[in-house]
Amino acid sequence: MVSNQEVVEDIVAHFGEKLFNLEEPYGLLTVTTQRENILEVISYLNDHEKFRFTFLTDITGIHIPDNKGAEFGVIYHMHSWENNVRIRIKVFLSENDINIPSMTGIFAGANWMERETFDFYGIIFTGHPNLKRILNIDEMDYFPMRKEYPLEDATREDKIDALFGR
Amino acid sequence: MTDQELIIPTTANEALALNQPIVEDHEYTTLNLGPTHPATHGIFQNILQMDGDRIVSGEQTVGYIHRAFEKIAERRPFYQITTLTDRMNYCSSPINNFGWHLTVEKLLGINVPKRAQYIRVIMMELARISDHLICNSILGVDTGAYSGFLYVMQEREKIYEIYEEMCGARLTTNMGRFGGMERDLSPTAIAKIRDLVNNSLPRIMGEFEKMFNRNRIFMDRTVNVGGITGKRAMEYGFTGPNLRAAGIDYDVRVMEPYSSYEDFDFEIPVGHNGDTYDRFMVRNGEIHESMKIVRQALENLPEGPYYANEDHYYLPPKREVYRNMEALIYHFKIVMGEIDAPAGEVYQAVEGGNGEVGFYLVSDGGRAPFRLHFRRPSFIYYQAYPEMCKGLTISDAVAIMSSLNVIAGELDA
Repeated sequence: MVSNQEVVEDIVAHFGEKLFNLEEPYGLLTVTTQRENILEVISYLNDHEKFRFTFLTDITGIHIPDNKGAEFGVIYHMHSWENNVRIRIKVFLSENDINIPSMTGIFAGANWMERETFDFYGIIFTGHPNLKRILNIDEMDYFPMRKEYPLEDATREDKIDALFGR
Repeated sequence: MTDQELIIPTTANEALALNQPIVEDHEYTTLNLGPTHPATHGIFQNILQMDGDRIVSGEQTVGYIHRAFEKIAERRPFYQITTLTDRMNYCSSPINNFGWHLTVEKLLGINVPKRAQYIRVIMMELARISDHLICNSILGVDTGAYSGFLYVMQEREKIYEIYEEMCGARLTTNMGRFGGMERDLSPTAIAKIRDLVNNSLPRIMGEFEKMFNRNRIFMDRTVNVGGITGKRAMEYGFTGPNLRAAGIDYDVRVMEPYSSYEDFDFEIPVGHNGDTYDRFMVRNGEIHESMKIVRQALENLPEGPYYANEDHYYLPPKREVYRNMEALIYHFKIVMGEIDAPAGEVYQAVEGGNGEVGFYLVSDGGRAPFRLHFRRPSFIYYQAYPEMCKGLTISDAVAIMSSLNVIAGELDA
């Protein structure tokens, strides 16, 4: 059993300034890094002799339009089964330069998770062997999970905002 | 020159017989398995490249029943998202429901009373039993044994009757509320659960296992078919029974106990080869372990309330709504989704029928999630399917798909 504190001490000693915004929301260690370092961080955690974050739980994206210059986020959840500790790694990208290295070289399972993230957010995973849409139709020409596509028709007038707060 | 040297193997079968490599420059047959095929048990397509009757490679096309749950969730108040989770793994919806409730309760900081936690454990384990019963019996159907399916179907019907007692629905259950359950275990439900786990299910499982476990035909069809090593399974993101069949004993219930799972004494069945037979045996083992958990939970069911005293999030009793002003206000605000959740970021995992069902919720302090992502185990492990089928025949591919328990709703979300 390894505590979050031990992981933090080790990765901060190893990466220093490359990791920032260290948090622990609801007990899950969260760090943010930059695109240039993500491959290095993930391989380091994967190969670490003590922590052994050998399981990639999830890759997903997020779109925060108000976060100017870093509108898109890619979020990795990793898990060490031997030590039962999880870590969440975030990378934020600008909407003008929306690409990030693919993890398919390290984890075979990253393939579809990255395709899904690409499908919904348009985040380009460089080095991915088969980056194409997975759940949506191939002909789709937009990325539906982006916040600029509201779910409800904005022109609808039969709902009174003052009463229902929509 | 002998006669044998003149034969150029063009199919994998001939190559195997002659122990020579396959000659590359010949045509493969493209075969579509699905989108609607009786063996896929759901709508997804596999485009297989066949060499004779051997599978060379394959590519899956998924997304036929994609319903954009993650997008819809961004406009819905939290309690309305429960109905979306039902429709992911519809063979074990209560697990998804409670996984979602646990996520929101973690965000809101609600402590669920012990009795509600035990009731949840009972319902989740019944859901796991029904999920595994379906998977294993369908595997029987796909390998040519129909009656096993009919044996266990009546048991699943009994589980569905218990769901009806608990929430009124059978398939898409929408069970439980934030902070507990919407109703207590009724005496009828307790009697039905007792009868199921003490009498009928152990008897039927005995018959079912007698029919399959050492059956020559079944073993020939499943042993060493579609094996995967533990390491490879881990790289592919396998969780749940499919991973445990490959020999890794990762179980969310044990690793990160939620809803009082730490109170119960149960084993994690594991396999060796990760093949179809091991997956079948692991699921059967888990049905027995689940029954053990349900028995313990019923025996030690704590007294007390079945919901948390959280006026802001738990609907007040209807009687109160008509008589009490406060209750009426809370009722209205909850139903209209007018109560904001705190800002925060939560990941909650539960052990679903197929593995780790994860909920990644980002709240910006509004009435609906800012971002909600479902980690669906089927979606992640199904990508290993072509690798597992390589060099096998179509009938093996069908058995492998059944034993992986790919649920279309969970695959596509």
